[in-house]
Amino acid sequence: MIALVDYGAGNLTSVRKALGALGAAFWTPASPDEVARAAGIIVPGVGHFSATSALDAPWRTAILEAVDRSTPLLGICVGLQWLFEGSTEAPAVPGLGLMAGRCTLLSDRQSVDHESPSKDGDRQQTIGRRLKVPHVGWNSLVFPKPSRLFEGLVEGTQVYFTHSYAAPVVAATAAITVHGMPFSAAVENGLVAGVQFHPEKSGDAGLRILRNWLIQA
Amino acid sequence: MLSKRIIACLDVRDGRVVKGINFEGLREAGDPALLARRYNVEGIDEIVILDVTATLEARQARSQTIAAVAHEIFLPLCVGGGIRTEGDAAAAVEAGADKVSLNTAALLDPSLITTLARRYGSQAVVVAIDARWQDGRAAVYVRSGQAETARDAVDWAREATERGAGEILLTSIDRDGTKSGFDCALTAAVSDAVNIPVIASGGAGTFEHFAEVFTTGHADAALAASIFHFNEHSVEALKGFLHERNIPVRLPGHGTAPGAPDAPVHPQRD
Repeated sequence: MIALVDYGAGNLTSVRKALGALGAAFWTPASPDEVARAAGIIVPGVGHFSATSALDAPWRTAILEAVDRSTPLLGICVGLQWLFEGSTEAPAVPGLGLMAGRCTLLSDRQSVDHESPSKDGDRQQTIGRRLKVPHVGWNSLVFPKPSRLFEGLVEGTQVYFTHSYAAPVVAATAAITVHGMPFSAAVENGLVAGVQFHPEKSGDAGLRILRNWLIQA
Repeated sequence: MLSKRIIACLDVRDGRVVKGINFEGLREAGDPALLARRYNVEGIDEIVILDVTATLEARQARSQTIAAVAHEIFLPLCVGGGIRTEGDAAAAVEAGADKVSLNTAALLDPSLITTLARRYGSQAVVVAIDARWQDGRAAVYVRSGQAETARDAVDWAREATERGAGEILLTSIDRDGTKSGFDCALTAAVSDAVNIPVIASGGAGTFEHFAEVFTTGHADAALAASIFHFNEHSVEALKGFLHERNIPVRLPGHGTAPGAPDAPVHPQRD
């Protein structure tokens, strides 16, 4: 059974629906103690990083202990950001610290669209003329290394994003997307994985990615 | 690069998809779930359900429609029309909406934008603006385009953004259902004034209209209804056209790379 952690950040309907469509059995643990019997753990999330403060010490301990016992963990959106050390969105709220680095606002860095010299100058002016945040919509994935998550998917596959903050590119980065700056669209280190996009809203490609993760769990 | 989104709008009345011209003269276009299924196969990027009557009696029917459409697609789903209170929004989200679209209610009580953004995140709050040119200004209309307000579309879009909206759905009343092209001047004026995505709506008739609104109109997404509903054009053909024009779109097809259909499949491991 997959533990779908509900910490009150947004609505889990879409994730539940996707897991159901893939035939996965899951439940929402009522207390951290229940996490111990999970075959896999999903930390979903939309909205503000501060919402993860609901995952207090007992939850953090239970999830870290499960990871130590080789239970697969998947963070989605804010759930991916929570795997890092923290986020400038809520500096006082610590992340899980399984990945090195902190998440930052996408517009904190200069847009490459503005600066990249292009033969297609007119198009750059009209199409990539300004960086909009939140980053909403379908964007493509580049794979810096092979990963379990993206097995069977081709580079350039597009998935659905909706977020303002993003995680840096690190050694564990399994997919990179660029919106103003390159960021970790996905991370995978052993059985710890996270996706910044929403696989549950990314059509067939998203379901394939979720299924790839479920196979491990 | 972020793709330009193509969004199909299902104007729903009493559980059926309808479509009018200039917000009037509705004709029926079919079952919402069946249309959603077709659009999903054709590669639509998102679906919007707008409850065009949204009377009290229609509320329950709306939840059933949302659930039926959500069952068909694993894509972003936005619901609008008659979302007046936090409770209305919660019911839509509960039924399967990822985003709610606020229109009249947001103008009457702009704090509703902030309330919903705090509860669900800005990405879940779309502010819909219906506007038409009036003596040189883009006047905002409410009540399905029937009542003029003193608000200007650009100012209102800015305020909505500051209050926590995650996207603006901008409809030109003048162009709605006319198939004479999006109002690119209106769209560009609003899109340039805010740093959140703007969805252009009203007037889609040809593929060229979409290319125009993504270039001169500065739109981040374009929404259409009738040109898809009545099988005049497929979403797939539209995206092929835009791709040819170097406008970034998500091409339909499972896990295929846009512009590189022959890219090698990721190596299989044991």
